[in-house]
Amino acid sequence: MKHIVIIGNGIAGVSAARHIRKLSDNKITIISAETDHFFSRTALMYIYMGHMKYEHTKPYEDYFWEKNRIDLKRAFIKQVITTDKVLITGEGEKISYDSLILATGSKPNKFGWPGQDLKGVQGLYSKQDLDKLEENAPNNEVCNRAVIVGGGLIGIEMAEMLRVRNIPVTFLVRENSFWNGVLPAGESAMINDHIRDHHIDLRLGTNLKEIISDENGRAKAVVIAETGEELPCNVVGLTAGVAPNIAFLKDSGIELGRGIKVNRFLETNVKDVYAIGDCAEQHKPIGMRRPIEAVWYTGRMMGETLAQTICGNRIEYKPGHWFNSAKFLDIEYQTYGWVFGKQQEYEQQFHWKHTDNTKCITVSTHKETGKFLGINTFGIRMRHKVFDNWLTEERTTDYVIKHLPEANFDPEFYKQFENQIITAYSKQVQTA
Amino acid sequence: MSTKSNESMSLASPNAQDISTKKKVALAIGFTGLFILVLALANVTLPSQGLFLTLSLALITAGIVLYSRDEYLTKLEGIKNDETWFKSISSRGVWGWVLGVVLTLFYIVLYFFAELLGLGTDGASNTGLIALFDPLSQLLSGRNASQWFVYGALYTVAIVAFGYKFMLKYRHNRYQQLRTGSVMFFQMAFAFLIPEFMYRLNSDVPYNDIKNMWPLNYYAFDEWRVDQFINSGTIGMAFLIFGILSIFVVSPILTYKYGKRWYCSWVCGCGGLAETAGDAFRNLSSKKMSAWKFERWLIHTVLVFSVVMTIGVIYTYLGYDANKYWFNKDNFLLFIGGFLTVVFTVIMIFKRNELGKDARYGAIGYIVVIAALIGMHYTGTTNEIFYLPASDMRAAYGFYIGSIFSGVIGTGFYPILGNRAWCRFGCPMAAVLGFQQRMFSKFRITTNGGQCISCGNCSNSCEMGIDVRAYAQKGENIVRSSCVGCGVCSAVCPRGVLKLENGALEGRINPTDVLLGNDVDLMELMNNK
Repeated sequence: MKHIVIIGNGIAGVSAARHIRKLSDNKITIISAETDHFFSRTALMYIYMGHMKYEHTKPYEDYFWEKNRIDLKRAFIKQVITTDKVLITGEGEKISYDSLILATGSKPNKFGWPGQDLKGVQGLYSKQDLDKLEENAPNNEVCNRAVIVGGGLIGIEMAEMLRVRNIPVTFLVRENSFWNGVLPAGESAMINDHIRDHHIDLRLGTNLKEIISDENGRAKAVVIAETGEELPCNVVGLTAGVAPNIAFLKDSGIELGRGIKVNRFLETNVKDVYAIGDCAEQHKPIGMRRPIEAVWYTGRMMGETLAQTICGNRIEYKPGHWFNSAKFLDIEYQTYGWVFGKQQEYEQQFHWKHTDNTKCITVSTHKETGKFLGINTFGIRMRHKVFDNWLTEERTTDYVIKHLPEANFDPEFYKQFENQIITAYSKQVQTA
Repeated sequence: MSTKSNESMSLASPNAQDISTKKKVALAIGFTGLFILVLALANVTLPSQGLFLTLSLALITAGIVLYSRDEYLTKLEGIKNDETWFKSISSRGVWGWVLGVVLTLFYIVLYFFAELLGLGTDGASNTGLIALFDPLSQLLSGRNASQWFVYGALYTVAIVAFGYKFMLKYRHNRYQQLRTGSVMFFQMAFAFLIPEFMYRLNSDVPYNDIKNMWPLNYYAFDEWRVDQFINSGTIGMAFLIFGILSIFVVSPILTYKYGKRWYCSWVCGCGGLAETAGDAFRNLSSKKMSAWKFERWLIHTVLVFSVVMTIGVIYTYLGYDANKYWFNKDNFLLFIGGFLTVVFTVIMIFKRNELGKDARYGAIGYIVVIAALIGMHYTGTTNEIFYLPASDMRAAYGFYIGSIFSGVIGTGFYPILGNRAWCRFGCPMAAVLGFQQRMFSKFRITTNGGQCISCGNCSNSCEMGIDVRAYAQKGENIVRSSCVGCGVCSAVCPRGVLKLENGALEGRINPTDVLLGNDVDLMELMNNK
């Protein structure tokens, strides 16, 4: 019986532990400095908004761990000594392992802005970040204005959260349209409008110069790089992406890049040490995926895959077709296959938008072959299974558009727009 | 926990944030309407009962309507659960408990001390609150009000006014709007108006809400009712036959096609109140595994109790007036015994593997008990089937289940146990429909491949206490007896994972170890063991 130690109790580490337990009788220990139990990080925003309490974000009841003989330990690992197969905690306790799984997740990016470590300046990633926000911005009397720096998924979530407590929000986005590195122009423009409809002061093409401190070392204003404007505020949200949380591994001998370098078997350069989830970096990207994927489901899939390897069935990590989803305030977003924000040279994009400016789709096609490459959908739910099949079967976009109603996943009685989309598509084909 | 600071425990400001002036005005209007009812209850002489009743109900409705409009129409369409767990009323705070106590007391008075509401007994005329409703009752049926008329009227106002609120809350969701319109209609027409009009047309027919079927309507086959139906000619017989057909024919067909939601969240009055006035409390149901286990035993025990009680009641009156009915008591018992045996046998042969261990033991245990009791009847001489006089059982059922469980606990405890405590733990009708739904129905909640992020919004908003997330994060369809198909889990999902569907029976229940999106070989390995 091996002792398998997992650092990190997020979705990646917990998926690995669950599957190792299904496949073996090994001793499993999960170590976390963040919380006693696994919770859903993606639901942190709903706690602040009052939709749920912390306990509701735990996907498994507390008895689950003992019942499945998964030991939980609350500790911060300060050092990994791979030669002795020993971990050292912040209190100096030693924990030995036979196999080590690193699933330490991410931390918010900081790009060296002056004042980035002041009180009232924070990211939103961990449970501690949420507690901090609760302290920094409990209401609009304590926090008269918040400034959010960085126009990605966490930025827009943080803006939504603060608006629920009627806190005025200024949202600084470096790009000239929201998330346009990922979203095609039409979609990005629609989300810009939606953000403004929610009374969020969206500043596009705007960079942070510095954060100004008051006499107590608290943020009191930000200065905008382009205009020099000084915006008074009490809270600054830093949401310019995340980076792997690997500082404690610096001298461990484990090969690091931006993340922990792993091969396709999720093995590091050190025997019996593996990395999964947000903190893992593939030597070579898999397909068109990025070498580091900080996405909920990839963490889960890496955990599922690694459990096989650890339990004697060594297999490669081979994720299927790319998909993802998010919600921008009230607009749901799903994507299947690849649609690029900046159209690739082989790519042709078909865009349809509803007149109410809350629903749209973009379909990507290979220019030469007519092959369907991917779809972004806003405000219309689509069926993962159907698109996964179409991508596997390498269908053409003509086929996909014609059969689009089969993929609809909206609730019953919803108005359907497939006919409009089909008409718009055939018109475009005729004029092209 | 840090969020504690936001849970308002203050009586003066029950919300985390101040409410708008418009909402304060709306609350003032609504409570003025309620105050008129309180005045009537205190026997204050009101100049015109008709006028003040109208004023009261109109003010209550107007208050709810105005409040809802300011709450929802001032915001963009979308999910409106902000601060649910901060508000005192919807998070078991002080106001939640106050409301719970007030509602509970109201039900206790309504069921057991109606004279306190002003019910005139022994031919005396009504006073107080009930007298206030006399003009409306006179208008509809031409007789004075009873406590049940008062209750029915207030119940209807609650469903209609809070139904309007719910429709605004979900104005982006047609499923929610249609289903809410449906419960509003069925309450207004079938439960409230039609029975009153029927009385005016033919006062021999007992009060009959034709959508309220046995066993939810536990008095459906009481002797006095059956006799009245039989004696009041064609219409009475039609009602009686429809009552039998609706539970044995109509409901299995509809449940097969659409799941139990066709009844529980589209038609039923208890469900209607829960979905409208009770909506704010849906998050309070317990999602614990232990609560689910408790639920399975309790609701099926109530069902068995109701079946045994009804058999006993019918058996008894078949006994002492054998010539009046088609059945006599012996062939009635044989018929029931045969029917239960067939149902039991079919399930054990075809659906054995879909029953949990406790369900199998429970089913065997209950069938053995019922068979033994029926058997003892044929070997013994007693007229008291089940060793208890049926009238005692009937009285006990009416008291403990009909009044205490469904009314006092079921509705009075909305702010504590959630809005569907009765539907989940006690309703024998829900047990029957749930059994059909779990064993043979096209209904399921489909999960969308690998999109679930385990956030828990679905479980949190499930009024029936189903841990929806436990299924969604496994990519497994939700096929549960208790699901009433309200569709709120699907509505609140931020990633478009859940969809209520009627589809093929094959592959309806699809436990998976690895979700769609992972390596196809791994999925093959793990899921096709």
